[in-house]
Amino acid sequence: MFKILSKSASTGVVTTRYPETAARVSPLFRGAPKIKFARWSDARPAAEACPTEAISLCDAGSEREVTLDYGLCTFCGYCAEADLSGAITMTNEFALAVRARQDLTLIARYGLNGDGTHQELQSVEQGSVVHEPGQTEAAIQRVAKVLGRSLAIREVDAGSCNGCELEIGALNNPIYDLERLGIHFAASPRHADMLLVTGPVTRNMELALLKTYNATPDPKVVVAVGACGISGGIYGKSYAITGSVGEVVPVDVFVPGCPPRPEALLQGILIAVGRLEQRFLGLRFNNEGFAS
Amino acid sequence: MSESRYDWAAPWPSTSHGVEAYLDVPRELIPGALAALREHHSARLTSVFCEDRVMTEQCFYNYYVLESPAQRAYLVLRAGIPASDPVFPSVSAAFPSANWQEREIQDWFGLTAQGHPNPRRVALHDNWPDVHPLRKEFSAVAELPFAGEQHVYRPTLGEGVFQIPVGPVHAGIIEPGHFSFSVAGEPILYLQLRMFYVHKGIEKRFEQLPVGRCVALAESISGDSSFSHGVAFCQALETVAGLEIPARAEAIRTILLELERIYNHIADIGAIATDVGFVIANAHASRLREMLFVLNEGLTGSRLLRGMVCPGGVRRDWNREQVVELSETLRQFETEFRDLMDIIESSDSTRDRLEHTGVLPTEQARELGVVGVAGRASGIDRDVRRDHPYAAYRHWTVDVPVYTEGDVLRRMMVRVKEIGGALFLIRALLASLTDGAHRVPLPPLEQGRVALSAVEGWRGEILHWIRTGPNNRLERCRIKDPSLNNWPALVEAVKGNIVPDFPVINKSFNLSYSGTDR
Repeated sequence: MFKILSKSASTGVVTTRYPETAARVSPLFRGAPKIKFARWSDARPAAEACPTEAISLCDAGSEREVTLDYGLCTFCGYCAEADLSGAITMTNEFALAVRARQDLTLIARYGLNGDGTHQELQSVEQGSVVHEPGQTEAAIQRVAKVLGRSLAIREVDAGSCNGCELEIGALNNPIYDLERLGIHFAASPRHADMLLVTGPVTRNMELALLKTYNATPDPKVVVAVGACGISGGIYGKSYAITGSVGEVVPVDVFVPGCPPRPEALLQGILIAVGRLEQRFLGLRFNNEGFAS
Repeated sequence: MSESRYDWAAPWPSTSHGVEAYLDVPRELIPGALAALREHHSARLTSVFCEDRVMTEQCFYNYYVLESPAQRAYLVLRAGIPASDPVFPSVSAAFPSANWQEREIQDWFGLTAQGHPNPRRVALHDNWPDVHPLRKEFSAVAELPFAGEQHVYRPTLGEGVFQIPVGPVHAGIIEPGHFSFSVAGEPILYLQLRMFYVHKGIEKRFEQLPVGRCVALAESISGDSSFSHGVAFCQALETVAGLEIPARAEAIRTILLELERIYNHIADIGAIATDVGFVIANAHASRLREMLFVLNEGLTGSRLLRGMVCPGGVRRDWNREQVVELSETLRQFETEFRDLMDIIESSDSTRDRLEHTGVLPTEQARELGVVGVAGRASGIDRDVRRDHPYAAYRHWTVDVPVYTEGDVLRRMMVRVKEIGGALFLIRALLASLTDGAHRVPLPPLEQGRVALSAVEGWRGEILHWIRTGPNNRLERCRIKDPSLNNWPALVEAVKGNIVPDFPVINKSFNLSYSGTDR
């Protein structure tokens, strides 16, 4: 007993104050890639290197449409390594959680030279990929009102590699200590206000996810975690995979990353119940330009 | 062809890691061959898998991967199975470790394992139509209807006997699988497992992607073993290409393999403590794991060590400050780790819950082909790092802790000892870290080459087997996670224990669902 107390005393308080204070992130942490579209003279090497096709090309005649999807991105940095024009840099940014799936996609258009390199950038815009609708404004307010401060979460692994579970588990450690925010993990969906779902949703887990969703009382929110949960990620389209979380149940917040670090998860959870504002909007981050 | 062509008692061809001996054996001789190899060389059947070569050779091949520490080698038996007669003799009754793997072959390739004691579906659940996804003609992106019946669990009969169904969605933050406990009062009579809920078609996916992109896929086989699986895969490519990686890259890989071992072991020690109600120990253990995650991030850019290994070496070199940071953090970690073990070991009630709980006897462990931490706690003195060294393990001796009691306590003690060994090894590697290149380019891969790669992940033996195809793609990639060998051991270890002890027994194995299900 004395050993336990003395160890606790000598350890002191180790808990972070995030999100009140900024996250402590190593300068070497690989976060989201940032692309200077105007400088991008050729998207092909990056698209070729990307393991998840987060950068994809569609050439039509002398025009090229480049889609950048942060919902597929695993922050691996292969694109920045392969790109020859120096347009891609890996940033430290991780707080990319969004309410609408299309906020994670950007589409750039270029004219093409004969050798397949880009002419001047014609336009960059937010993706218009239509996905399942998030909640209506009224529903968000109701959720915030009913669930706003304290929250019970049921975690559902619908097919992940277990990487996301490691980081979600870390939210319970003394550093991130989720309970300081009045949030805890519940053992049953019947006790939960929120489902935190990792994916991709496998064919063999589809029914279990649906049953878990139906067992969760209303009002409820669903957060899709990680590249695979948002889009299927590295596993792509497969005979064994039904699809992203959003293809099986309605999703309210998407948290990119592979896996998302604990602070990113926390941000997504708090956005879902209206306790934090979304910071990322494709072209803009914290109301400042991001992609350009 | 007659049996006399083969002398199973003869020494195995001398090989080095990655250059295994292959032997073509008629399918009907396989059961006898495996039994003879087990008898003469204490060979362990570690993986059984199939390959579809119908388009080029009008047949399938079954591969039987054996390992013998006495011979210090892997031996691969290959049996051709004509497409016109797609059956092979099952060896599961004599080699329980083949049970799930033979059923995978039935599900994925449509071959029949004749005489299998339990030939039901395993990887494709009962509601799948009659398809065989790993056959070449099967489209990787096929959308299939749900069909067939619900899974029927074996009934449990007797007065006062009942079943407790658990999962696939579990109460904790863990992966999905279904456990059906048959109990009489509190003691567990029998546990039925149903896995493959997170089957993602990863082996098929490897055939779709160019090899460069496959590294990220290998890192996503099992999240807590990202680095080990990444290394196993890259080693296979390097073997095919005949590529030697620089000494510095080998050292960095080895250090990170050991770091992965430490961060998982410390988390498991904490989790075992939690499951017997010793929460404060877990608070410290999870704090220590976080310390290592922060270190991982500073060394590789990823808390789970992802995006670091690449064919030909590692993607990032370390500067002086990173090396200092690494040794400083480990020094601090070691002090705190000793404090933690001091706290755990001075608790008699904790020891009381862990000792004699979830016992897996040596004989059973051997019969089931149990690997890694669980094997070493049950007297199975095997470790790929020592028996079939790769990377920098070729130049260092690895101490392999072995216990014979096979209970939860010993599975924890193996981890404790291995953390000590890993810290020692990392320090030695850092002290002898030489300057030089950290990666060399991988040349284009020749078509039709095969390679087997083995890595001792923190759970145990990871195997990757590849065959290269045209255009820098793979024709086949077989993944064997240690969990695939070890799940049946959990079934044995829980027998006779009370239900409330199941979580701690399960945690002491801590097997990967995603690695098993792929």
